[in-house]
Amino acid sequence: MSGPRRQPHWSRRIGHLLLMLAATAFLTIFLALPLAVVFVEAFRRGLHAYLSAIGQHEALMAIRLTLLVAAISVPLNVVFGVAAAWAIARFEFRGKALLGAFIDLPFSVSPVISGLVYVLLFGAQGWFGHWLELHDVKIIFAVPGLVLATIFITLPFVARELIPLMQSQGSDEEEAARVLGAGGWQMFFRVTLPNIRWALLYGVLLCNARAMGEFGAVSVVSGHIRGLTTTMPLEVEMLYNEYDYVGAFAVATLLALLALATLAIKALLEWRYGDEIAAHAPGGH
Amino acid sequence: MRRRILPGFGLSLGYALTYLGLIVLLPLVALAWKASGIGVAGMLHLLSSPRTLAALKLSFGGAILAAIINVCFGLLVAWVLVRYRFPGRRLFDALVDLPFALPTAVAGIALTALYAPNGWLGHWLMQRGIQIAYAPAGVILAMVFVGFPFVVRTLQPVLESLDRDVEEAAESLGASHAQTFFRVILPMLAPTLLTGFALALARAVGEYGSVIFIAGNIPMRSEIAPLLIVEKLEEFDYAGAAALGTVMLIASFALLILIAVLQRWSNRWAEQLQ
Repeated sequence: MSGPRRQPHWSRRIGHLLLMLAATAFLTIFLALPLAVVFVEAFRRGLHAYLSAIGQHEALMAIRLTLLVAAISVPLNVVFGVAAAWAIARFEFRGKALLGAFIDLPFSVSPVISGLVYVLLFGAQGWFGHWLELHDVKIIFAVPGLVLATIFITLPFVARELIPLMQSQGSDEEEAARVLGAGGWQMFFRVTLPNIRWALLYGVLLCNARAMGEFGAVSVVSGHIRGLTTTMPLEVEMLYNEYDYVGAFAVATLLALLALATLAIKALLEWRYGDEIAAHAPGGH
Repeated sequence: MRRRILPGFGLSLGYALTYLGLIVLLPLVALAWKASGIGVAGMLHLLSSPRTLAALKLSFGGAILAAIINVCFGLLVAWVLVRYRFPGRRLFDALVDLPFALPTAVAGIALTALYAPNGWLGHWLMQRGIQIAYAPAGVILAMVFVGFPFVVRTLQPVLESLDRDVEEAAESLGASHAQTFFRVILPMLAPTLLTGFALALARAVGEYGSVIFIAGNIPMRSEIAPLLIVEKLEEFDYAGAAALGTVMLIASFALLILIAVLQRWSNRWAEQLQ
């Protein structure tokens, strides 16, 4: 810190106060108000209407499907993320930067395109459409399509969290374990995994939030078959388009609670394990 | 030689490449292949249709405008969160990430409920002759919402590492508050602001879920390009959808490269400042 600071002039204090008010007013109106409106609209007709909207068969099926899709896609992306991070952070090879860029790619593609590409592959007129039809396999307008689109969208989260961390941690401890005679998997489970556990959890948290909340990509491959291929965000859309606002906002509150829980756990992880999540400067371990 | 001590190179790289190839690359090749099916003439015909042009204009123009708005408000919010201490600061700081965490469909219906002509804020705005929902302004509003955290989160670490001695030097040399900000601080932040701008822009261009509810989706007026892709798919015009998707994909690639260049510049700049 630099030397003692002079007492700010009163006009400057007012300036600070105005800036503070402007920023907090913006955050309140622009971010907090949309969150509040979800809950107010959901309870507009009272608790009973809210509970009966949540208890609808279609809503329950949507919740089940959302959990199922996340339960398949998140673990697959965890395995991928760990494998990609291991290869990128621990070895030198040609095309490493390109591989990193391709891992980030799904973040910069419109969600609609993430769904579209699978329709072009597996849809009725797609590359494998005819073959799939002959063998009576449904991917598009069915659960496998939802899972594929979700995997595509959430693919970068875990890898992106792990790569910079593992790069900054270096491989000294792992090499020591090897020299002392640890097997490959032993080294992984006893050294690598404990070192990356909080960052891994952080990545899983973000990956899961996106997997459960994804709308655009799954909307393209879903076909909107009520009770069969509508995840919670799609159910919100269908209820909303049918002017069932209480129903739409009731399901939306569950997603909003998921978002709030995600933010709370995220803040907790950053506060408690910040050093073990963010990559520190090389040598700072 | 040292590297060889560690096991699993072949396995991890092989698995990562196979997975990435099947999930990302193969589908993108299918997209390009399908798009090439309509040929150059077909592509030009598609792109010159007024409805497509209007949608592309809204998606890109709206995203640019939204990113500019985000740079202004993002700078204000990041500045206040980094420099000032006030009750509730941590809560406001956590709130910045809300658009990242809130599913886009939920954001979409919430913004519509607020800004629709009979909505909480829309009602009041309507009386003053301002229509936000079901108009291009609504599209831009939703784009601002989804892009906002990118600017703040890009700026925060740089603002924290900004050396205050430079500001104090400028002020002790007689520079006014405004002069210090515009002549000293802003130039130092320029690369970071540009990076945040590009990130917010990239997010807004492809945004779908939060936009389609508030947009009203009136063709030629408030219809975004991703929605046009969905409509083409629903009409089983796969080639048209693929062609439009490819155009958007190429734009995304260009933005991705731009962001990488900007980030490198911004990092070098930040190192120089320290």
